[in-house]
Amino acid sequence: MLRGVAGLILALLLAPFLALISSGSASAVDVLCMAKPDETACIAGTLRTEESPVPDATITVTSPSGEEQEVQTSETGKWSVEVNEPGEYTVVLDKESLPDDVVIGQGEITVDVARLGVTQAATLDVRTGSYSAETSKVDELIQSTVNGLRLGLLLALASVGLSLIYGTTGLSNFAHAEQVTLGGILGYFLINQHGLGLWIGGLLVVILCAFTGWFQDRILWQPLRRRGLGLTQMMIVTIGLSLALQYVYQYTVGARTVRVLQDNPSVREIGPVTITNQSIVAMLISVVVLAAVGYALLRTRVGRATRAVSDNPALAAASGIDTDRVIRLVWTTAMGLAGLSGLLYALVTNGIKWDSGLQILLLLFAAVTLGGLGTAFGALVGALIIGLVVELSPVLGMPGDFKYATALLILILLLLVRPQGLLGKPQRVG
Amino acid sequence: MDTIQFILNGMMREVLSPQTAAVAIAVIGLNIHFGFTGLLNMGQSGFMLLGAYGFAISISNGLPMIVGVLLGFGAAFIFALVLGAPTLKLRGDYLAIVTISAAEIIRYVGRSALLVDFTGSAQGIPGSQYTTPFRNLSFFGDGQFTLLPFNYQDVADGAAWVRILGWIVVVAGIAALIYLLRGGADLKGASKGFAIAGLVVINLFLLFFLFPVPYQSTGVSGWWVRFIAWGLAFLCTFLVFLMVRSPWGRLLRGIREDEDAIRSLGKNVFAIKMQALIIGGLFGALGGMVYVLSSSVQPDSMGRSLTFFCYTALLLGGAATIFGPVLGSVIFFAGRIGIKYTAAAYVPDSIMNNQQTEQFSYIVVGVALMLIVIFRPQGILGNKRELQFNV
Repeated sequence: MLRGVAGLILALLLAPFLALISSGSASAVDVLCMAKPDETACIAGTLRTEESPVPDATITVTSPSGEEQEVQTSETGKWSVEVNEPGEYTVVLDKESLPDDVVIGQGEITVDVARLGVTQAATLDVRTGSYSAETSKVDELIQSTVNGLRLGLLLALASVGLSLIYGTTGLSNFAHAEQVTLGGILGYFLINQHGLGLWIGGLLVVILCAFTGWFQDRILWQPLRRRGLGLTQMMIVTIGLSLALQYVYQYTVGARTVRVLQDNPSVREIGPVTITNQSIVAMLISVVVLAAVGYALLRTRVGRATRAVSDNPALAAASGIDTDRVIRLVWTTAMGLAGLSGLLYALVTNGIKWDSGLQILLLLFAAVTLGGLGTAFGALVGALIIGLVVELSPVLGMPGDFKYATALLILILLLLVRPQGLLGKPQRVG
Repeated sequence: MDTIQFILNGMMREVLSPQTAAVAIAVIGLNIHFGFTGLLNMGQSGFMLLGAYGFAISISNGLPMIVGVLLGFGAAFIFALVLGAPTLKLRGDYLAIVTISAAEIIRYVGRSALLVDFTGSAQGIPGSQYTTPFRNLSFFGDGQFTLLPFNYQDVADGAAWVRILGWIVVVAGIAALIYLLRGGADLKGASKGFAIAGLVVINLFLLFFLFPVPYQSTGVSGWWVRFIAWGLAFLCTFLVFLMVRSPWGRLLRGIREDEDAIRSLGKNVFAIKMQALIIGGLFGALGGMVYVLSSSVQPDSMGRSLTFFCYTALLLGGAATIFGPVLGSVIFFAGRIGIKYTAAAYVPDSIMNNQQTEQFSYIVVGVALMLIVIFRPQGILGNKRELQFNV
């Protein structure tokens, strides 16, 4: 009974999102399957090419026990079937039922219905016949380069902070990725749930994240430094923090993907490149913020002090720099940047999950190590390289599954020949 | 009363679980890396996954079990060589970053759709494909049994006072055991050994008396796999005991404390670190094989989180101690289940629903890891003076 109620609440919570995701211009009345807790589950999807929905296509859903159900897509390309047992379903799109100009990208998928009472989305990939002919290798390369730069800039925002923390305190912060997630999740709460405007909400997210950095250093890291806790122990503390934060996110928003904005982003085409307006703005913001951080590090007194502490904390302290204040500022800035990165990441990738940060943590470490541990500009260069490698490697022939693995492999190979990283100084190693 | 009995029964099942034993074996390996040698290996789950894949893939392709075990060890051996060669001469953080990245690469490759014929990609390899030869070795026969022929229900019909008295005696017994292991009492040599062995036997007896758990003798997750898993865990503990009291073991500690001092004595520090990495990795691979014996090979269940859990268990029990890994793993798993069941039983659903109790238990794990490292870095059994670990 209680599980039923919980399932109902979950379904109620999820329903608006599913409706949002699949809405578009819903003029025709679609027959939608409603999942009943403990009785039925739904498999649903929208069949559309990059141009328009595909009506009247036949889709066959086969249950784990071999029962087949046929369904036609509606005017708006929507389809759904009701199933009554959990398990793996095969969803097959009938090629004959499609209009002639539509070709199948992926017409057979398996959908895992974990339990009853949920609606499981199934995405079948179709496109117009002219589409595949149009995309040449060069265009694909350009598109991936832009995507790579976009990912690289977002990674750079987070990894500059990670690198500054490493430089000033010697700490490899495993909880940095959770701060990235925090930015996206706070964005969901403030902008999506509480209806703040994107710009005001975004600013508030960054300020809140920066505050968590200040607060963390105040109550955790500074006292630990004063106690003289070793760096290895501190690193394990960050691992504990990272674990706790991940599950706090899962506790509050669950395992689903949440979105910062409710409406779908508008797409713009510039030459061969298709990109959302949000991505363009996100890239511009990243460039401006990174330039500001770079300027501050190079030209302002406090920036010079930061680099001095980064270079040699003892010497910096001896020459009258208040290292604790500098480190506090570094923590605050780094967490603010990580939060901004997470917010933008959630905007350009259309949502964030409790483990989104975890997925990019290693890319952040790769970026920082590649550029040279502790060097802020190295992290920037490293992040751009990692972003490009991740997005370009599938185009250049690596299987898509391996795009993250390629980035990590490059990191390991680089450590073999140049352990101090691209911009690091050799004496830092060893 | 019955709720408490239910929670404690659940904890007992988790204590006996073969996966707890498997993680304990992996933690024993991690203890050689991190506890004794000071190597920051963040990729123990990679070693485990390689061991599991080597074992499961060879058997499901028709090779005999012994070949599978050797292939699992071989894969971990090569992995350690490849990881160690570039990084063991560098500062500790590099080994950490390279090992965690390499373990992730293994996982990405394992779940890749390209290798679906071998690894079953993200779905993994179901246990039915490779556990049969192992179960055929069993001499436990069929049917099911509880370990002791009588339990608390046979005494005064399982009245509350019997159980409460029993629980108090068990807690006291375990406390006394820990006191002895930490060198508290003034006992030496054989008498200490007898005292420890006696306490262990009495405690085990009482535990099985108070928390009777019936399992199949030989089934997928029965007594046979539990027996072998825990047997291996204690065998590994004994092996590590022999290793670290040898001259080679003293070298390991020397490297952890001061690498340069050992180098100035004419020892090849790089070679010794490499040996430690390989041996610890082989324990990791063995842990991985045991881990999948009662379930299936799932790449995503052996990711970074598992490594982090290993670290939590190690630090909880006490790094650089003999019994720390086993004790830490047992407390880690039983404690987590205890927290989860307690939250499920006593916190109303309006505050915390069933899924959230799971997440709550992991939040507690994370916070516990932080607190242990800050306030008691030597863990339960460790010696604070020995453990100024800094890589």
